[in-house]
Amino acid sequence: MLQIRDLTKRFGGVLASDGISLDVPVGELHAIIGPNGAGKSTLVGQLAGEISPDNGRIFFNGRDMTRLPTHRRSELGLARSFQITCLFLDFTVLDNVALAVQAHAGHSFRLWRPARNDKELRGPARAALARVGLESRADVICANLSHGEHRQLEIAMALATVPRMLVLDEPMAGMGPEESARMIALLGELKAEQTILLIEHDMDAVFRLADRITVLVDGRVIASGTPDDIRADAEVRQAYLGGHEARRHG
Amino acid sequence: MHAEVIVLIEQCLNGLQFGLLLFLLAAGLTLVFGIMDFVNLAHGSFYMLGAYFAATFAALTGSFVLGAVLALAATLAVGMAAELIAIRKLYDRDHLDHVLGTFGLILFFNELVRLVWGPAGMNLPLPPFLSTSIEILPDVYYPAYRLAIIAVALAVALLLYIVVMHTRIGMLVRAGASNREMVDALGINIQLLYTFVFGVGAALAGLAGLIQAPILTAQIGMGENILIVALVVIIIGGIGSIRGAFIAAIFVGLVDTIGRAFLPELFRLVMTPAAASALAPALSSMLIYLLMAVVLVLRPQGLFPVDGK
Amino acid sequence: MSPFFTVRTLLIGALIVFLALLPVYVVATGQFFPLTLFTRIVILALAATSLNLILGYGGMVSFGHAAYLGVGAYVIGILSKEGITSGFAQWPLALAVCALFALVVGALCLRTRGVYFIMITLAFAQMIYYVAVGLDRYGGDDGLIIYRRSQFAGLIDLSGKVQFYYLCLVLLFAAIWLVSRLANSRFGMVIQGGRSNDRRMRAIGFPIFRYRLAGFVIAGMMCGLAGVLLANHTDFISPAVMHWTRSGDLIVMIVLGGIGSLFGPLIGAVTLLMLEEGLSRVTEYWQIIVGPLLLFIVVYAHGGIDGILASLRRG
Repeated sequence: MLQIRDLTKRFGGVLASDGISLDVPVGELHAIIGPNGAGKSTLVGQLAGEISPDNGRIFFNGRDMTRLPTHRRSELGLARSFQITCLFLDFTVLDNVALAVQAHAGHSFRLWRPARNDKELRGPARAALARVGLESRADVICANLSHGEHRQLEIAMALATVPRMLVLDEPMAGMGPEESARMIALLGELKAEQTILLIEHDMDAVFRLADRITVLVDGRVIASGTPDDIRADAEVRQAYLGGHEARRHG
Repeated sequence: MHAEVIVLIEQCLNGLQFGLLLFLLAAGLTLVFGIMDFVNLAHGSFYMLGAYFAATFAALTGSFVLGAVLALAATLAVGMAAELIAIRKLYDRDHLDHVLGTFGLILFFNELVRLVWGPAGMNLPLPPFLSTSIEILPDVYYPAYRLAIIAVALAVALLLYIVVMHTRIGMLVRAGASNREMVDALGINIQLLYTFVFGVGAALAGLAGLIQAPILTAQIGMGENILIVALVVIIIGGIGSIRGAFIAAIFVGLVDTIGRAFLPELFRLVMTPAAASALAPALSSMLIYLLMAVVLVLRPQGLFPVDGK
Repeated sequence: MSPFFTVRTLLIGALIVFLALLPVYVVATGQFFPLTLFTRIVILALAATSLNLILGYGGMVSFGHAAYLGVGAYVIGILSKEGITSGFAQWPLALAVCALFALVVGALCLRTRGVYFIMITLAFAQMIYYVAVGLDRYGGDDGLIIYRRSQFAGLIDLSGKVQFYYLCLVLLFAAIWLVSRLANSRFGMVIQGGRSNDRRMRAIGFPIFRYRLAGFVIAGMMCGLAGVLLANHTDFISPAVMHWTRSGDLIVMIVLGGIGSLFGPLIGAVTLLMLEEGLSRVTEYWQIIVGPLLLFIVVYAHGGIDGILASLRRG
C-alpha cells in the first residue's frame, strides 16, 4: 500500500530525514517510534504533502505521490490525523465530521440547499462518530470538548473520509490511562479493517498493536521488524528503549 | 552626447532616487512587520508628518538642515508615542485588527494635520547650495538636490545594513518575529525594543517624507498613495526582508520612472498619437502592479522571503 | 431564547420595518433628504454584504473590495457616455466585467494568505483606481457625469426617488437572502471551513482554492451591482469611489455590525453612515473623532455591536 524510498529532507544544517525507506503492506498496522527529534514529524509532513522532500519517492497504492498536493492525497485515500489537535474549533462535532464526509462526496459547488440538513452528509458523519464513541457529543461545539475527545474526533474525521490507509500522528498524545486504554481498544478494532501507519510514543500501545515496527533515530531508520525483533535489537535498546521504557503514558 | 541618451541617464537617476525613497519607506514597514508581526497601514502618516514637520521647522529656524533634523526627531517622538498609546495594545490581535486600528490612525492623523496646518499644502524651499545643478558627465546636468537624496538614502541603507548584519538587534531582524525566546535570551527588554523599533520605522518614513517635500510639497493624504507602492515593494521583496526591500525598491523605482517616461513614446511607435496619449497614462500606472502580479505567479512569497514565516 | 438573541432580533426587525416605511414618511413630510441618505446607506450595505460573504464567512480579508463598486459604476458611466443607456445591456455587462476582474485578481491573490493577501488586494484595488484616474476620456480624476440613468423600457423609472429606493432595498434583501443560502450550503461550509482551519480543509481533501475563487467572484459581482446602483443614484462616478479608504469603510461596517452575521453589514452601514452624518454636522473635522473611535472599538469592543450586546447580557 505504502512504499517510501530513500526519503531525504534537509532544513538548513539539520538532516531531518536521511534516506528513509519503508514498506507498509495492505492490512498491516505499522508503528514508527523514535526519540524526540528523530524526524517523525518531518516524515509525516512529507507523507501528508505539507513538506516537500529534497530526494526520494513516496508510492501509495502503486502511484507516485511524492509531489502531489495535500488534498489530492486525501482524495487518493490517505487519511491523516494530527499530533497537535487541528480541528474546526468553532463548529460542532457533527459539523466537523460532516465536512470530512463532504470532502469525499463529489464536488461542493452546491450553492443552495442547507448542508446541515443533508442526510447524505449527516448519516455517515454520525456513523463515524459512533465508531469512535462520540455520538452523544455530536452537537457540542468542538472547542468545548476535552482533550481526549479531541483526539477521538481526529480519528473520526480520518475515518469519515473512507480512507484506504490511516496515518495517525501520536493519537494518544496527552491522554490519561483510561482514555489511552479506550484508544488502544479502538485502534485494535480498526486494525482489522484498515491499513495503519501509527506514529506513537506510548510503548504499551505500540507493542500491543503493531504488526511491525520501524525505529527512527536522527532521521534514519536504525531498525525495522516485528515487535519481538525490535525488543531484542541491541542498537534499539541502547538508542531508545533503555531510557524510554519507563515513559509509557506520554 | 545624444539627447535621448541624456534623457535616459536622467530617468535612470530619477528612478534610482525614487527607488531609494521607496526603500526608506519599505524598510520601516518591513522592519516593524519582521520584528513585531505588525501591519502598520499608518506608516504613510509618518511620511506625511515628516514633510510637514520639516516645512514648519525649516521656516521657524531658517535652516533647511536644522529643520530636517528637528523633523526627524519629532517624527521619531510621534512614532514612539503612537506605539506607547495605541499600537502596543494590538500586538496580540490578528492582522485584520492591525489593519483596522491603523486605518483609524490614518483618519486621525489626516484630520489632525488639517486642523493644525490647514487644508492647503506646505512648501519646503531648498537652501541655495542644493538648488543648483551639477555636471555629472560632459554636458549632462543633474539637480544637486536629487544627488543629495541618493547620497543620504544610500548612507541610511548602509547604516541599516551594518545594524542588521552586525548587532544583536540586527539578529532579531533577520530571525523574524517568531523568536521572542531569542529576544529574552539576548537580555533585551521587549517592550522597550518594540517602542524603539516602531519609532525608528516612523523616523525612516518621516525622512522619506521630508526628503520628498521640496519636490512634491507637503500635502494631506500624501502618505496613502505612496504607502501602497511601498507595500508593493515589500510584497515583491518578501515581507520581513530588508535586503529584499532594497532590491525590490530599486527595481520598482526604475520600472515605474522609466516606464512612465518612455511608455508614451513606445506606444506612439505602434499606435496613433491619440490612442497612445489615451492609453499611456493609465497603463504606466499599472506597470508596477503588473510587476507584482508576475512575481506573485512565480514566487508568491516574494524574492527574498524570511524563513520561518 | 436568551435575552441577547431577542434584543438583536428586535433591533433588526425594527430596522427592516423602518427601512420599508421610510418613503411613506418622506412623501408625507416632503423632506427628501432622508431618502437620499438611506438610499446611499442601502447601496453601501449591499456592498458590505457582498464583502461579508468572503470576509465574514470566508475569512478572506480583502482590502480592495471597493474596486468592484468602481468597476460596476464605471461600466455604467462609460456605456452611458458612449450612448448605451439601456439597463438591459448595461447591467449584465457591468456584472460580467466585475466577474472577470474578480476572477483574474482572485486567481492571483488567493494564492497567498494572511497579511500578504490583505496587502495584495489593496494593491490591485489601487491599480484599478489609478487606471480610472488615467482615463481622460471618462473624466479622469474629476469624474464623469451620467446624464441618463439606466433605462428599462418603462418597466421601472430609476429617476423616481421612491421607486429607486425600493429597488435598492429589494436588491439588498435579496442579496442578504442569497448570502444566507450560500453560507449554509455545502459551498458555504467549504468557505467557512477554510476560514476556521485552512490546513485541516486540505488534509480532509478539499481543493479549497477553487471554492474561494468562486466566492470571490460572486462577492465581486454582488458589489458590482452595488456600484451600478451607486452610479444611478449619484448620476456621477469618479475614482474616489474605489479609493482604498472606501474599502476600509466597508470592512469597518462589517466589523461594527459583527463579522459573519447576516444582518451585520446592514447594521454596520447604518451605524457608520449615520455616525458620519451626525458628526459632520457637529464639526468639520469629524474624522478626527471617527479615527480614534474606530481604534477604540477595535481594541476594546472586539466583535462589534454583537460583542457589545453580548457583553451587556453577561454584565
